[in-house]
Amino acid sequence: MTRINELFQEELKIINMGLESFNENLKKQNVKTVQVDWKPPTRRNKKMLSLLDKLK
Amino acid sequence: MVLKYLIRENSYYDSVTLMIITREVKKIEGVKEVIVGMGTELNKELTGNLNLLTPELQKITPNDFFISLDSVDDNIAKKAFAFVDELLSKKKAESEDYQPSTFESALKYMPDANLVLISLPGKYAVREAKNALLNDKHVMLFSDNVPLEEEIDLKKLAKQRRLLMMGPDCGTAIINHVALAFSNVIRKGPIGIVGASGTGIQEVTVMIDKLGSGISQAIGTGGRDLKAKVGGIMMIEGLKALQNDPLTEVIVLISKPPDKEVARKVLSILKERQKPSVVYFAGGDPEVIKEYGSVPGLSLEDTARKAVAIAKGMSIKDFTGFTVTNINKIIQEETKKLNKKQRYIRGLYTGGTLCDEAMIILSALVGDIYSNIPLKPEGKLSDINKSYRHSLIDFGDDEFTRGKPHPMIDPYVRQERILSEVKDREIAIILMDFVLGFGSNSDPVGEMIPYIKKARKIAAKDGRHICMISSVCGTEADPQSLIGQEKKLKEEGVIVMPSNAQAVRLAAAIVLSRRNSQ
Repeated sequence: MTRINELFQEELKIINMGLESFNENLKKQNVKTVQVDWKPPTRRNKKMLSLLDKLK
Repeated sequence: MVLKYLIRENSYYDSVTLMIITREVKKIEGVKEVIVGMGTELNKELTGNLNLLTPELQKITPNDFFISLDSVDDNIAKKAFAFVDELLSKKKAESEDYQPSTFESALKYMPDANLVLISLPGKYAVREAKNALLNDKHVMLFSDNVPLEEEIDLKKLAKQRRLLMMGPDCGTAIINHVALAFSNVIRKGPIGIVGASGTGIQEVTVMIDKLGSGISQAIGTGGRDLKAKVGGIMMIEGLKALQNDPLTEVIVLISKPPDKEVARKVLSILKERQKPSVVYFAGGDPEVIKEYGSVPGLSLEDTARKAVAIAKGMSIKDFTGFTVTNINKIIQEETKKLNKKQRYIRGLYTGGTLCDEAMIILSALVGDIYSNIPLKPEGKLSDINKSYRHSLIDFGDDEFTRGKPHPMIDPYVRQERILSEVKDREIAIILMDFVLGFGSNSDPVGEMIPYIKKARKIAAKDGRHICMISSVCGTEADPQSLIGQEKKLKEEGVIVMPSNAQAVRLAAAIVLSRRNSQ
C-alpha cells in the first residue's frame, strides 16, 4: 500500500501555511490544524535561506 | 481631499484578510477611497491608480503593511485608522490558538500532521512545499506563479516518496471528506476523482451529490499536470491510489485538453485495472477515451451523470439536453423580449473550467467565441476589458487576479464588468456562474444582486431587456446554502439552471431562436 492509500485511512491533521480563512474553514469541519504565523523573510534572512538551500 | 497614510514595517497579513478590511473601511461614511494592503508592486500600482500614492509609500517593501486613505476630513481618517486596528486585533483574538512562526516549529507542535496546505506567495511556497515533502508530509499547494520546472521537481520528489503533491495552482480537493481550499460539502459515496481543474472538480462533485450519489476522494493535481513536460505524474499517482482504494468503485478523471501522449499514458493505466471509469478531457476526442475502455464525459454534468449511472448499475446514456420541464416556454418568452439588434452572449465567469466548458458547448452551437482564455488563438480578445461579439470572460485568470484574491472571494471585477457589458446594445444574454462551498465568498449571489439591478436599470433606460442566465455550483450542505442563493437570483428575474452546461445550452437556444425569428 502506498502512502497515499495510508492517508485515506487516517484522520487528517493539517499544517496550514498562508490564507487564514482556509484554516478557519478546516476548523469548522472539526479538522485538527495548526496555522503557521508566516511572515516573508527579511532581506538578511533571505540571504541566509538561500545559503541553507544550497547546502541541502 | 484629505490624503492620509500609515506604514508599519515588517507586519504581515494575508491578502484575503486585507481585502475584507479594505471593504469594511470603504463602508465608513466620508471615506472616498482606501487601500489596506502589503507594499507589493501591484498594490503600489493600484494605490497610484486611485491617486493614493505618496513618496513615502513608494519606498515600502512587500513586508510592510500600509493604509492609504482619501476622506472628507481628518476625523474620518482617524476613525478609519482606528477601525482598521480594531478589525486586526479582532482577527488576532479570534485566532487564540498557538501559531508557530515556521514550518519546523509547527511540525514540533503537531508531529503527526499528515498534510500541509500552502497558499503563500509563489516564490516562497515552493521552498515550504519541498520542505514538507522531505518531512514525509502530503502537500496541497494552492499558490500559483510557480515555474513549471519547479513543479516538475516537486512532483518527482513526491512520486519518489509516494506522497501526494496536489498543485501548484490546486484550488480544490476533498480528502477523507474534508473540503480543502475551494471545495463543496459532498456526501460520501463510491466515486473517486482525480482532476487537473478546480472548478471542474467542483461542478462534477456537486452534480454527483445532486444526483444522489457521493464521492470517496477528490484529488486535485493543478492545471498543468497533463502537459507534456509534467507528464501527468500526479494524475497517474492519484489514479493508482484510487485503483487500490477499496471504497472507490468508479473513477472519474477531469482535465483541460491534455497533451495527447500524456492522455494515452494516463488512459492506458486506467485500462490496466478493472474499475469502471468516466473521463472528461475538455474538448478532447471521445473516441480515444473509448479506445481505452473508458466512458467519455461530454460535459461536466454528463461526466457526473455517467459516473452515477455506473455506480448505481444503471444504463449509461449521453446527456446533452435539459432537465427543466418548461424549457421551450422559457426560450419562447425570452426570445420575445429581445429586440432585433440584440444577438450576443456575454459570459462572466469566476470558474475557469466552467468558462472552458461554456466555450466548448457554445462554439459548437453559435459559432466563434472570444475570450481572455480562448479555445483557439484567434479567439483572444485584443483587450480583456472589452468584450467583442460572443465573449466569455474568466475573471479567475492570472491577468485579472495578480496580487488580488480570486473572484470567487472578491467579486469586484465582475461587479464592474456587468455594468459596462449592458451598455452594449447588441448584447442579449448575460451568463454567470456562482460557485459555493468552503473558500468562496460567504454570499456570492448577494454581492452581485445590487449590480444585477443596476445593470437592468441601464438597459431599461432605452427599453432593452437583458436575459440573465446563471447556474449555482453548490450543495445544500455548503456554508452558503444552495436554495437560498438560487432564491435570491430568481427573485431578480435571473434564470437559474441546474448546471453550467444547461445554462450555456439555454443561452445558445435563445440566441438561435432570436436569429431564426428575424
